[in-house]
Amino acid sequence: MASRNVVVGSAVGLHARPAALIAAAAAEYDDDITIRRAESDPGKGVDAGSSMMIMTLGAKQGAEVVVESDNEAAVNEIAALIEQDLDA
Amino acid sequence: MNDSQLTGTGVVPGIAHAPAAWLRQLQLPPIDESTLDEGDRDAEKERLMAAVAVVADRYDARAAAATGAANEVLTATAGLARDRGWTRAASKLVATGTRAPKAVSEAIATFVAQFEQLGGVMAERTTDLKDIRDRVMAELLGLPEPGLPDPDGQFVLMAADLAPADTAGLDPERTVALVTELGGPTSHTAIIARQLGIPCVVAVAGLDAAVAEGTSVLVDGTTGQVRWGVPEEEAAELVAKDAERREAIRSWTGPAQLASGERVQLLANVADGAAARKAAPTAAEGVGLFRTELGFLSAQSEPTAEEQGALYREVLDAFPGKKVVIRTLDAGSDKPVPFVKHEHEENPALGVRGVRLSFARDGLLARQLDGIAAARDSQEGEKSEVWVMAPMIATIDEARRFAEETRARDLKAGIMVEVPSVALLADAFLREVDFMSIGTNDLTQYTMAADRLAADLAHLTNPWQPAVLHLVARTAEAGVAAGKPVGVCGEAAADPLLACVLVGMGITSLSMAGGAISAVGAQLGQVKKAQCEDAAVAALAATTAETARQVALEMVTT
Repeated sequence: MASRNVVVGSAVGLHARPAALIAAAAAEYDDDITIRRAESDPGKGVDAGSSMMIMTLGAKQGAEVVVESDNEAAVNEIAALIEQDLDA
Repeated sequence: MNDSQLTGTGVVPGIAHAPAAWLRQLQLPPIDESTLDEGDRDAEKERLMAAVAVVADRYDARAAAATGAANEVLTATAGLARDRGWTRAASKLVATGTRAPKAVSEAIATFVAQFEQLGGVMAERTTDLKDIRDRVMAELLGLPEPGLPDPDGQFVLMAADLAPADTAGLDPERTVALVTELGGPTSHTAIIARQLGIPCVVAVAGLDAAVAEGTSVLVDGTTGQVRWGVPEEEAAELVAKDAERREAIRSWTGPAQLASGERVQLLANVADGAAARKAAPTAAEGVGLFRTELGFLSAQSEPTAEEQGALYREVLDAFPGKKVVIRTLDAGSDKPVPFVKHEHEENPALGVRGVRLSFARDGLLARQLDGIAAARDSQEGEKSEVWVMAPMIATIDEARRFAEETRARDLKAGIMVEVPSVALLADAFLREVDFMSIGTNDLTQYTMAADRLAADLAHLTNPWQPAVLHLVARTAEAGVAAGKPVGVCGEAAADPLLACVLVGMGITSLSMAGGAISAVGAQLGQVKKAQCEDAAVAALAATTAETARQVALEMVTT
């Protein structure tokens, strides 16, 4: 399984517009992609294809999260999105 | 009896013509808690997803029709409606035998709870989640979609009553009038309509049964009439004429003057310095009612004369050289002040309130008058003309005592006319004071023995009630005879038609919410003094509130 730790770049955190953009990108893949807070246990990730699930993380700007999937390309794309300021 | 019209209480004047659209409230039947047979679960899942798609598509369609922030919000909500986080959770529940409506309710509830726990901006999202839940459940149960209606084009919004949440997204470009079955002139519906500047009629009994969705209705916020089946041409003409009237209001700049040349003083009602500064640039020639309760209602101990003076001075400074009528504390057990111990009263409106409280508590009135005098004395530059009046005066002795204490500080002394006893003996009261101001809301409440806040008594708490008009006329006549000013503050002064009648009776000033001044001023500019007098005579001869208004309207428009 591929995994990457990234820091949330969006000023509003993983909320509203950033969450929706990430979920839309993740939903393009057939593979399961999950996001979890870095401090939580592996396997506790939420579905990256759901903006509502992403929002339940309550991850603010600067929070560290982990993206996990069997598809490495998917992990890289989602991680890159999380690092950007998507609300700008 | 005409079967194509209903009459309620008109609260915001203006005429509009558009199809009726009803606010839908989700009234859920008892939810089926039984477990689905295994064989039916796949079909139920499909039903669930179809309902989700319908609701999400509707959000998208609305987003496409909107621009700017509204577009973004609706697009985001459409995305949340389709979100697989909650739809999968709901589907899983269906797979275990939960019926779709209950599954929707439970799945959304889980997210609502999580979002609420996160707080802040996340908690605000829960309103959207609940909206999605209600719409999907309504779709599943075959109920009309709840919330604000959204037909194509303009519409008249109809509802039993409107709550603040219902009106958050109202667009005055499309919602051209508000009509409710319940509510009164002070209900939330009326306040919203005033803010949006759209015609509004409340307390229309039988509305729900009479007006179906999509029926074209003509709403007259002046007369309170709601008509349907009006020929298109007639309706268009009435709406155009009303647009002309509104334009006259927009372009009116003051000061108020009758068509025959007589001046009428229009004043603003304010409660603090901020409101006074907002009213100052309008055509208001001063303040006709400065409610002083604000400084008291939140104070844990009685504000000192000095503290009060600072508050009063803010209002005076907004109107240098102008008249400012300050009303002394109008509190009591209905509007309790924290530092006064209140005995429980069965009928607070008839209890120890207003000047009764000021007299009952040692020195309260004296300290307030000291504060007012200090505010005036400390005013720099041009000083305001400060008048002071007491609320809830009922006897000559009270008026005399108040006038003595007030004049001792070199202030002009007056009283409010709210209790019918004052109107009945107006000439005797005027021998004790310098001026009077009629508080029509309370005068109506006490004359008609009807709680001004009771929605189902709106027909009684109407200042057009002939008995109320007679008390006002009697007071105005006494003022003319004594050569002393008698004004009106209260909702009645803000009604452009009633304002004409009041002027015809001999009322010398009208005080109202700042936003109402142009409408009243523009109307007064269209009528001659003789028309106002005729309207007053005709209204006083009427035996019902409706005919009083009707005959006054005839006199003013001919």
